[in-house]
Amino acid sequence: MYSVEFDRPATLEAALAGLKAEDAQALSGGQTLIPTLKQRLAQPSKLVSLTAIPSLQGICVADDGMLCIGATTTHATVAAEAGAHYPALARLAAQIGDPAVRNRGTIGGSLANNDPSACYPAAVLASGALIRTNARDIAADDYFEGMFATALQEGEIITEIRFPIPEAAAYMKFAQPASRFALVGVFVAKTAGGVRVAVTGASEEGVFRWGAAEEALSADFSAGAIAGLSLPADDMIDDLHGTPDYRAHLVKVMTGRAVSAAQ
Amino acid sequence: MPKDHGIGAPSKRREDVRFLTGQGRYTDDINLHGQAHAVFVRSQVAHGRLNGLDTTAAAAMPGVIRVFTGADFAGVGGLPCGWQVTDRHGQPMQEPAHPVLAQGKVRHVGDPIAVVVAETLEQARDAAEAVEVDVEELEPVLDMKAALSDGAPLVHDDLTSNLCYDWGFVEENREAVNAAFEKAHHVTKLELVNQRLVPNAMEPRVAVGDYNTGTGDSTLYTTSQNPHVIRLLMGAFVLGIPEHKLRVVAPDVGGGFGSKIFHYAEEAFCTFAAKALRRPVKWTCTRSESFITDAHGRDHVTRIELALDAEGNFQAIRTETHANMGAYLSTFAPSVPTWLHGTLMAGNYKTPLIYVNVKAVFTNTVPVDAYRGAGRPEATYQLERLIDKAARELGMDPIEIRRRNFITEFPYATPVAVEYDTGDYNATLDKLIEIADLAGFDARLAESKARGRLRGLGINCYIEACGIAPSHLVGQLGARAGLYESATVRVNATGGLVVMTGSHSHGQGHETSFAQVVADMIGIDENMVEIVHGDTANTPMGMGTYGSRSLAVGGSAMVRATEKIIAKAKKIAAHLMEASPEDIELKDGAFTVAGTDRSVAWGDVTLAAYVPHNYPLEELEPGLEETAFYDPNNFTYPAGAYACEVEVDPETGKVTVERFAAADDFGNIVNPMIVDGQVHGGIAQGIGQALLERAVYDEYGQLLSGSYMDYAMPRADDMPFFTVDHSCQTPCTHNPLGVKGCGEAGAIGSPPAVANAVVDALQRAGHASVTHIDMPLTPARVWAAMQG
Ligand SMILES: Cc1cc2nc3c(=O)[nH]c(=O)nc-3n(C[C@H](O)[C@H](O)[C@H](O)COP(=O)(O)OP(=O)(O)OC[C@H]3O[C@@H](n4cnc5c(N)ncnc54)[C@H](O)[C@@H]3O)c2cc1C
Repeated sequence: MYSVEFDRPATLEAALAGLKAEDAQALSGGQTLIPTLKQRLAQPSKLVSLTAIPSLQGICVADDGMLCIGATTTHATVAAEAGAHYPALARLAAQIGDPAVRNRGTIGGSLANNDPSACYPAAVLASGALIRTNARDIAADDYFEGMFATALQEGEIITEIRFPIPEAAAYMKFAQPASRFALVGVFVAKTAGGVRVAVTGASEEGVFRWGAAEEALSADFSAGAIAGLSLPADDMIDDLHGTPDYRAHLVKVMTGRAVSAAQ
Repeated sequence: MPKDHGIGAPSKRREDVRFLTGQGRYTDDINLHGQAHAVFVRSQVAHGRLNGLDTTAAAAMPGVIRVFTGADFAGVGGLPCGWQVTDRHGQPMQEPAHPVLAQGKVRHVGDPIAVVVAETLEQARDAAEAVEVDVEELEPVLDMKAALSDGAPLVHDDLTSNLCYDWGFVEENREAVNAAFEKAHHVTKLELVNQRLVPNAMEPRVAVGDYNTGTGDSTLYTTSQNPHVIRLLMGAFVLGIPEHKLRVVAPDVGGGFGSKIFHYAEEAFCTFAAKALRRPVKWTCTRSESFITDAHGRDHVTRIELALDAEGNFQAIRTETHANMGAYLSTFAPSVPTWLHGTLMAGNYKTPLIYVNVKAVFTNTVPVDAYRGAGRPEATYQLERLIDKAARELGMDPIEIRRRNFITEFPYATPVAVEYDTGDYNATLDKLIEIADLAGFDARLAESKARGRLRGLGINCYIEACGIAPSHLVGQLGARAGLYESATVRVNATGGLVVMTGSHSHGQGHETSFAQVVADMIGIDENMVEIVHGDTANTPMGMGTYGSRSLAVGGSAMVRATEKIIAKAKKIAAHLMEASPEDIELKDGAFTVAGTDRSVAWGDVTLAAYVPHNYPLEELEPGLEETAFYDPNNFTYPAGAYACEVEVDPETGKVTVERFAAADDFGNIVNPMIVDGQVHGGIAQGIGQALLERAVYDEYGQLLSGSYMDYAMPRADDMPFFTVDHSCQTPCTHNPLGVKGCGEAGAIGSPPAVANAVVDALQRAGHASVTHIDMPLTPARVWAAMQG
């Protein structure tokens, strides 16, 4: 790690001010950023920790029925506390990494990072959640812009994620054998407005919605409904853990399993 | 009733008290006054010509003491290879130089080019980034077969090709073997890859060099399995330091699995730099660095054939293996695909004719050397996969075809130059059938099927050659070292004793099991025995720990030294009781005159030895300390039978190991709990190889699986509960303890069991064309195999 200045403000305003410094970077759970720094793959001038800001923490249900999760809420807290409102989301959080990662890593950090194999992006996109930042609300459909790319501007901080709670939902993750991130993860959410299917781990373009499956499942919410579909392998990731064909196949299998689990 | 102490007792591992309470003292825990820190600048390309190196900027950075380059090592010897293989034509292998720091060329990603030594580790890191390396990239040599083709770029410009050796074994059998294939009733063929593995010891390598300006003595603290070997190799061949001026200390070591046998550049560097700078120099490997510098394991590509008669009797075996040496010859690399592999190709079977051909190849990859099992897992995997395939082709039961071909009479001289002293392969197979509950398999198969899972059963046998090794024999085979072991037993006046052993424990529990042996021989409490190892300053010259040799060879030396102690102690006791030494019996720590009730305690005798007031000084020296060296006259041959049951998810190809059973014959057992643990660890490593682990290079020679994000290590939840048994015991006939060694068996015996089980599962599910899937049997590979 290169030496770096460290700041841990207690208010959002102070954090935003701190992030104005050249090459300053937000730090949340550090489960992605700290390993990157230790490998000397990044050299921020200053780290602004968000974890001492009370308004960014915790889980509640808003008057409009949305499940609101503060950006610095850890995976472990989501796993333990979101279950009463949104069981599929809690189960997803419980499958991220190991206990140490879950006790430090946060939902905001995961979404800001937008790793193409991360789990939360699938939940956010399938749920049609809102990403609330210090400046605006961003709809999930507008937020994810490809591998490690998001709609966030320089210095913009995610403050909260607001999930509409679906009628039924489930996440199915097929773990990459080494990292145990998603080799393919599929989140299926059945809402009043139709079924949404979001896929992580599979595509060169990052998390995406599988339109054909959504259409078929909106008409008939059963695993059999997607039997006749096949996902083109063109944009799928090719690496030592799986070919594009294999990933495309897994998307279908995991979608079917998620639908069955959501029944 | 299991024993509660001494040989055969499951004594708790005494060393675990310090390991589990954070009080182990590992090399990285050693910080010497005034120490400086070394960071290596390493090649980022697989193959390149070093056109220039500019260290000016780095040298001027804060805290930098000196930047070393290859030029500093121009007058220093290279890292030696400890084994010379002679090829099919009677010629010595091609043996390239292995410089401490690159000279003119870099040959793999990770090859050391320069070293920055600075006051702090962070300063050394900063400056290492400022060293400017001018490398002209050359086409890398990666695929072994392409490496041998005409016009392939040369890894070493001064060699005639990338072929290290073309070895034939036994060369005289070549024609007879070919003839047997000509007239065989049936020939089964298999091509397979035994993939490259990264050892991944929990503790990365560390070296701390120190130089005493007052005495002119050098000391190296290092993560080694064999400190005396390092002292000899580094002192005599690299740095020119006589052994009496060089001390090598390997304190607590957190796992080795072979990777810490070898002499590495970083050890020589720290010792050299400490003297040059007149201050201690420390280097601690990062995990990323260990992926590209620790010697890798396996990496064989093999074609194997088995000739059978109509009844399924094995007639002949023929193999051709390409073995990757990597960019340089690591310390024992040439011996692994030859003498540790070819000699095991008979397995547990009486095949009369065997011919093994091995082509060892240089490539622009990390050097490959011994890794848990070393050559023997490769031999076992080939043979046991092949036998399974043959059984299927002939419609025979996989157990029946093995039994039919078992060696049943001992000693048995194989056609591949070794003589098995003893064994009972039917006994371990019978035991396996019982403990694996093979009778219940059909019910479990039906139950899996009801859940939509494919179940498969894999069986195999294994044999290995351990207790390495008879020096006269390995000398003929090209070893440049002897492979005896040593022990000094030092009895103290008050009766406690210390055993100084040349073996080295890095997780095996020697401090417990060795103490059990000596305590049992004398009849005293285990806690009166202390085991000391790992420091050339206070242990006799020993060859260290690998090849499951510690108890069989090191333990035998300890027994011999203890026998000398007992013989002398009896003379002292005889004097004290005014009896004849021949009439003295030692039992439960007391010396008795046979047939009388006259006795003296162990402590009376030890006290007399050091306070010799009433003592036969004319005939006997005072004191009670003896040393013995033991050189085995044969290898030991642990053997056994393993069974694995897997489930395959037919939609995803994911394999889960549901049951695993191991029936081993390790001869006599000193500590059954430690043996269980060794087998558990070995099986876990074997399952890791079978299902998860794989070092992968891309076409540029970059290691794609260079971190735990992509290199899949086995974890607890990848494992079933193991059923292990070592009640079948045919004691070794030629060492005093009758022990055979258990450290590698699990890793040798388990990969074929897993692979056989997966193929069985797919076959049962109607995938008739799937006769083999290469390891690791990842979900993606198994799924692809099912697609046909
Ligand atoms: C061993 C291991 C296993 C893992 N397994 C999984 C897995 O199975 N599935 C999975 O999804 N993830 C996994 N992860 C990743 C983990 O979930 C991380 O916690 C997460 O990706 C990042 O969250 P963080 O809070 O740690 O963010 P940090 O590392 O602190 O930050 C990550 C990035 O986000 C930025 N950032 C952080 N918070 C904000 C914010 N509020 N607003 C704007 N930018 C912000 C930072 O500047 C940085 O660029 C694993 C990680 C590890 C180490």
